[in-house]
Amino acid sequence: MSQAGAMVNSPIAGPKLKVQHLGVVYERDGKSTPVLEDLNLDVSEGEFICVVGPSGCGKSTMLNAMGGFLAPTSGSVNIDGEVVTGPDRRRILVFQERGVFPWLTVEGNIGFGLSKLSRTERKERIAHYVQLVRLQGFENTYPSDLSGGMKQRLQVARALAVNPDILFLDEPFGALDSITRVIMRGELLRIWQTEKRTVIFVTHDIDEAVQLADRVVVLSSRPARIQDILTIDIAHPRNISSPRYLAIRDELLKQIGLAYEI
Amino acid sequence: MKELKLPVWPRPVLFILSLLATWEIAVDLHPNQIMPGPISVLSGIVELLQHGLLLKYVVASLFRVTWGFALATILAVPLGLTLGWYRRGELALNPLVQIFRPISPLAWIPIAILWFGVGDLSSIFLIFVGCFFPLLLTAMSAVHNIPADYINAGRNFGLSSSAFVSRVLYPAVIPRLLIGMRITLGIAWLVVVAAEMIAVNSGLGFLIVDARNAGNRYDLVVAGMVIIGAIGLLLDMGMRSIEQIKSFRWSSSED
Repeated sequence: MSQAGAMVNSPIAGPKLKVQHLGVVYERDGKSTPVLEDLNLDVSEGEFICVVGPSGCGKSTMLNAMGGFLAPTSGSVNIDGEVVTGPDRRRILVFQERGVFPWLTVEGNIGFGLSKLSRTERKERIAHYVQLVRLQGFENTYPSDLSGGMKQRLQVARALAVNPDILFLDEPFGALDSITRVIMRGELLRIWQTEKRTVIFVTHDIDEAVQLADRVVVLSSRPARIQDILTIDIAHPRNISSPRYLAIRDELLKQIGLAYEI
Repeated sequence: MKELKLPVWPRPVLFILSLLATWEIAVDLHPNQIMPGPISVLSGIVELLQHGLLLKYVVASLFRVTWGFALATILAVPLGLTLGWYRRGELALNPLVQIFRPISPLAWIPIAILWFGVGDLSSIFLIFVGCFFPLLLTAMSAVHNIPADYINAGRNFGLSSSAFVSRVLYPAVIPRLLIGMRITLGIAWLVVVAAEMIAVNSGLGFLIVDARNAGNRYDLVVAGMVIIGAIGLLLDMGMRSIEQIKSFRWSSSED
């Protein structure tokens, strides 16, 4: 379990993902609204990055630009030294809800991106990821009969099944109840540690960020700039009542401008 | 006290039977009013069956509805999906659609007869006109209502355009499309009766007009109405059963 921390520090040639002077301006009715301004970020292979910031600040916009769903107004996003120009199956975006296809079963969803594989390979791959996200017994179930947490696990499985380098997660647990959310964090960490992918995880939940991330990117309010990047130097599994954890959590709350007491 | 438990299904049956009984009694109490009771309507239906007319007219009406509805579906659904996807095309064509849409298909009857004469073709044309615009609008709005996440997820997995259409676009619109088609089939069934009253010499609409003209056979008029209602119900039930297929049904359970 402690390899995860070591992996981050392992030397690699260049950053996996490089965001340079990224800016996005929305044009509507002749009015232009700057959403992102001059974002710069290097992410190493296998790193788990959380992005936090005030709601509506442009976290999702940033993720969409990194995933190639949105063309930046200025600057660029590079992955493996290549400029991102559109969505690509090597980097999969996981949505908050409505991500899984309701007209496909669990098996159909996981196999969605695998049509180029042979039948037996596809079956094996599906079985592997059903196992990984613990949906055994639900292979032929439609999403409408799954709980919110199961749907999100299914979405993660569908994303991982195509063997992407990077997972972008856009508040994936935001629509779940707080108990399921905590369980899902554990599941995601377990999956991340076995699958070793680069993860960019947008959240509005400070605890989520401190529990999961190697580094937390704090965005300012709109137009969003990178306010700070905090390194979370606590090995997994993290003790959420340790002084170090609480100190980082407090620092993050302060960064976002929240008072200590309500 | 123990409650009397009855299964659910006899309730509508009992209700209809009691309505029929009321109808028969009311007609018997006023014999000088021209209104057939259920018994004479039933004997009218039997009479039509014995002459072989019932089956012939039902088949004739269904034949026209099938062609008119199928042609409208084949043309309007792909066109509507395309226009819904490419908003610019929709913006260009929308005023034209909105002008044609409020014109009742019945207003087309003289033109239909002028172009196609009295016969199957003109009633098929009228059904086509009546179904085309509702289906076009249904298909366009079905595309507009696809959640953006499905489209983005589809794009993310690097599908070719044709795979995107068959694996994301088509399954995403099918629930709304089926509901629209069911409602439109109801319209088609309304239009065929009206069209047959004027533009042809067979079918259930013709039966109603003919029964009245040929000697005030109101038992046959009402028999025709009953048959039209029953077939309309069957068509609706048929479409509903298609909507219930699990991989089609997703929207109602998801929204």
